[in-house]
Amino acid sequence: MKAGTLRQVLLITDGCSNHGEEPAAMAALAREQGITINVIGVMENDVIDEKGLKEIEKIAGSGGGVSQIVYAQQLSQTVQMVTQKAMTQTIQGVINRELQQILGDSRTMEDLPPDKRGEVMEVVDELGETSKLEVLILVDTSASMKHKLPTVKESLLDLSLSMNARMGDSRFSVFVFPGKRNDVEKLLDWTPNLEALTATFPKLSTGGLTPTGPAIREALSYFNKKRSLRGLLSHDDEQYFEESM
Amino acid sequence: MMMNNTLRNQCKLLPGSLITGKWNKNRYKIIKELGCGANGIVYLVESENRHYALKLSDNGTSIISEMNILKSFSKVQGSTLGPSFLEADDFMETGKQLPFYVMEYIHGHDFLRFIEKKGSSWIGVLMLQLLTSLSALHTNGWVFGDLKPENLIVTSPAYKVRCVDVGGTTLIGRSVKEFTEFFDRGYWGLGSRKADPQYDLFAVAMIIINSAYPARFHKKGEGYRQLIDLIKQKKELHPYRKMLDKALLGKYDSALQMREDLVTMLSNQNHLKKKPSSQAATRQATTRQARRSQSHSKKMRGGFFETFLLVAIISILYVLYIYEQLL
Repeated sequence: MKAGTLRQVLLITDGCSNHGEEPAAMAALAREQGITINVIGVMENDVIDEKGLKEIEKIAGSGGGVSQIVYAQQLSQTVQMVTQKAMTQTIQGVINRELQQILGDSRTMEDLPPDKRGEVMEVVDELGETSKLEVLILVDTSASMKHKLPTVKESLLDLSLSMNARMGDSRFSVFVFPGKRNDVEKLLDWTPNLEALTATFPKLSTGGLTPTGPAIREALSYFNKKRSLRGLLSHDDEQYFEESM
Repeated sequence: MMMNNTLRNQCKLLPGSLITGKWNKNRYKIIKELGCGANGIVYLVESENRHYALKLSDNGTSIISEMNILKSFSKVQGSTLGPSFLEADDFMETGKQLPFYVMEYIHGHDFLRFIEKKGSSWIGVLMLQLLTSLSALHTNGWVFGDLKPENLIVTSPAYKVRCVDVGGTTLIGRSVKEFTEFFDRGYWGLGSRKADPQYDLFAVAMIIINSAYPARFHKKGEGYRQLIDLIKQKKELHPYRKMLDKALLGKYDSALQMREDLVTMLSNQNHLKKKPSSQAATRQATTRQARRSQSHSKKMRGGFFETFLLVAIISILYVLYIYEQLL
């Protein structure tokens, strides 16, 4: 099997959206386009309320990704773990579909005897190591996130360190929301190295808006733009993993 | 974290419960919980009057990767680093399928507690053992990855270092996915997370540092400067200083090279501590061995040869004595 490109959005937030489209719906839209949405809820001294927790789970659920609530101190570990886990999940989804084609009925990896499962897992690991990866990082910079941002930056640097150790190429881009003029503002264009993120996060808007839904929607268009542009330049038949969990 | 809670609820089994495999039908009786990791719970179990360690998980993927690693460990000849693998199976519990695998139960103290009890003079010896095992692992194309004192068990009565958690083991050239920040060179800004022998050697250096700083510490500013300063502040780390510096900077080509430096360092330390008379005696002993068994250049083999010779001579004398008595 040839390694394709895994595309993910990593949403880092600390609470509920209060503006624009429903985030879970936008996440479902992303999934339809083969993009996985992962969500990390960051707490510090505050606790995320029930409503926020539910929303975080719902976004990742309909986005086919992984969600996790953590204290800021554990962010580095979690960012890496969530990204890794979502990659494995996506690849497994693809493998499961292939298996169903071969084995018939609705059999998945779990129905195989452990030894065979081990062999399949080796393929999954191999693909996770060699696939190309594109992660669009979407950071909530609403007022309550302010003092968590240095930790967020550190954990993103750590993520690029982990992902760049893989054999496949990794590329990242960073967006913050709400932006100065729009719902989303680009901080860093697609790059393999997040070291470029040394510039601090821009001045935070204090309008109190958290447009998570619109932010996800715009992020998607950014994936698409890039893709179509590439399609025009070169007819590379790059294969994209499609989400199917 | 939330995931662990759900896992704990699902996999929590009381002592005395039975686990029966779906495929191989083997039965294991739970004796107690040994530990709880990120992706499963390890139990001490009994089957046909023998003790094993059994890892149960609700996350199929990570446990299967681990199982694959344990299997490849068993193929690494002469490696006694990890536990040996017995079998993998599924446990059906209230309609949910929980995968598990069974391995050798390694009994002993964890590294830091052992050092606390027996004294810091053991650090060097145990690190020599560890480096030997790592060298075998590296030669076979693997890197241990998540090397830390919690994963090291010193068995008794043999006093041998073994590793219990092989989840971080990675093929050389791939990315290390499971690690602990304090022992990870990436965290300290001293290299990548691509698996190479130097990655493990860095962790070995950090284990030695950890033994002098049991509470550990966080990175502040430039990692390398901080580590060097902290090494300077602890007297017990001074003898290791040169070796630690080289390991932290990834200057050793292999585990054996680092081991050689450690051997030299340890023998120099003895040289300083011991009285001159005993030192002379040691030297005499080695030269004598060298003369007697020229073909056996290695000290260990020489020692073995000497013991063998002694035993042989005594047995011959004994046989002669019996023979005489009979006559």
